[in-house]
Amino acid sequence: MTQTLRIGNGCGFWGDSLDAPAQLVEMGKLDYLTLEYLAELTMSILARLRQRDAQLGYATDFLQVLTSLLPSLQTQPRLKIVTNAGGMNPPACAEAARAVLAGAGLGMKRIGIVTGDDLLPRLDALVAAGHTLAHMDSGAPLASIRDRVVAANAYLGSAGIVAALRQGAEIVITGRVADACLTVGPARHEFGWPEDDWDRIAAATLAGHLIECGAQATGGLWTHWPEAGDYSQIGYPFVDLTADGAFQIGKPPGTGGTVNLETVTEQMLYEVGDPAAYLTPDVVADFTTPVLRPAGPDRVAVTGTRGRPAPEKYKVSIAYRNGFTATGTLALFGRDAVAKARRSGAIIMEKLRHAGFTYADHLIEVIGGGGGRAGAWGPSHAARRGDAAAVGIRSEPGRGRAVHQGTRSASDGRAAGHGRLCDRPGSSPRSVRLLAGPHRPERRPSRRQGLLTSGPPLAPWPPPSSCMGSHTPAAATRATMPTSP
Amino acid sequence: MHGIAHTRSGDKGNHANVAVIAYTAAGYEHLREHLSADRVAAFFHQLGASRVERFLAPNVWGLNFVLHDCLAGGASRSLRIDTQGKALGQAVLELELPAPSHPEALRRPGPNPGSGP
Repeated sequence: MTQTLRIGNGCGFWGDSLDAPAQLVEMGKLDYLTLEYLAELTMSILARLRQRDAQLGYATDFLQVLTSLLPSLQTQPRLKIVTNAGGMNPPACAEAARAVLAGAGLGMKRIGIVTGDDLLPRLDALVAAGHTLAHMDSGAPLASIRDRVVAANAYLGSAGIVAALRQGAEIVITGRVADACLTVGPARHEFGWPEDDWDRIAAATLAGHLIECGAQATGGLWTHWPEAGDYSQIGYPFVDLTADGAFQIGKPPGTGGTVNLETVTEQMLYEVGDPAAYLTPDVVADFTTPVLRPAGPDRVAVTGTRGRPAPEKYKVSIAYRNGFTATGTLALFGRDAVAKARRSGAIIMEKLRHAGFTYADHLIEVIGGGGGRAGAWGPSHAARRGDAAAVGIRSEPGRGRAVHQGTRSASDGRAAGHGRLCDRPGSSPRSVRLLAGPHRPERRPSRRQGLLTSGPPLAPWPPPSSCMGSHTPAAATRATMPTSP
Repeated sequence: MHGIAHTRSGDKGNHANVAVIAYTAAGYEHLREHLSADRVAAFFHQLGASRVERFLAPNVWGLNFVLHDCLAGGASRSLRIDTQGKALGQAVLELELPAPSHPEALRRPGPNPGSGP
């Protein structure tokens, strides 16, 4: 049995750095590499892709990453990979991965898949059997959105990963599992912990929670970011676990970023409700129990984590169609640019109303107006004269531009609406009440991302991930409008 | 609060969590006494949270605030540029608390704690 088990995470969301996994593997001397791809809405996008093509429906980034790892897999034959890149189609992901491996003479690698999370084919049977699948927060029944559901997935625990590893898998490709379980699975397998060894499983869950968002644990998002090492070469995190559940978190020497008490503590409390009850399908982990202490350069030791028996139910994430949105940006300059931007946004909305469109909601945000707070909710600070600001819209393709002279589009010109997917039991309420109004039945949803494009458009780009940093274009206002379907 | 705490925030559906972590034990006590759920709710009132809960993690001198229903529908629904409440952690550091009697005991001891040998 391994004395110290090193598990590193090289991907925190679909769209994360493609170079990071290879860097981590080459410099980190890992036993296991984990790669986490699935945000709440990613599954619904993958479900639609699979509907169109039975060979799609998984995180295709993984194949590119796997290709980048081929040299390391040659020189580190014992390295194992555990990833949820399988998304809605782990078998197809495994087949594609096998082709990548075979092309490099690694066709003998054993690939395991974990399925069973996809509840869509069983949804009505589950409801008929008395499982209400009511909204976790509001308690609302499934019925009101049933005909619009595009994906329903349970967050599975580590059991399937453990089973695959026991059967000799060297690469494990899963669908939806709770993120931390990518770490818990290898730990349970290597150390032989029984499934009711709550304290150790809680420790591994905390370890997985700390690294699941990649560079967020190594200085990304750190309050004191100017103190972090070179972000362009930021190291991704690993944990060194021992059989008793104690572990250290670190990053490869020579990489950028920082691991210290502050970065680790911030990540420990990231996306946590009651820290005494962090729920996963494997355990209820108590994050008020671990003791954190410095353990050398860019290393923190974590001991004493306690856990309680796992919850009785799985969390299920259900995505459903919910209208359309359109987003756009315009830049404005000069004196009182903030006021000009707000005025421009109002004019655009007025023009769209005149054109016969109605909206369930709209929002105009002024960005770059000199304030430190998002325009949606905070009082705009200062608003210094001479600042640049911007306003932007998206209007229906083919209709005239609803902009006025003296402005410049900061995005890619005309607006294109795109279909909106919403997520529930992740606790998004299904509260959208679309306004009555003239329908435009031939609105053609586009997958163009519009606003935030600084590089080539990537389709389909995954939705916002819990681990993904906020993108904040400088000096721009955006108007965002979900429109009637 | 800039001088006595660091923060991290994120989302869970339509809720946001704002973790506030003190630099010192004295700082934690000061936050525990003065940084109530009500005070945080008032600071963020424009977000329209339905309620704000406070949890304590004394092992890391941490206070965790959960702002319920404050994200305009959450990442899948929100029209805000900050769909996930990532800005809230840095924003709450602008909140002003009553002055402590020994401010030096609350301040960050130095840069980059725990990274050196």
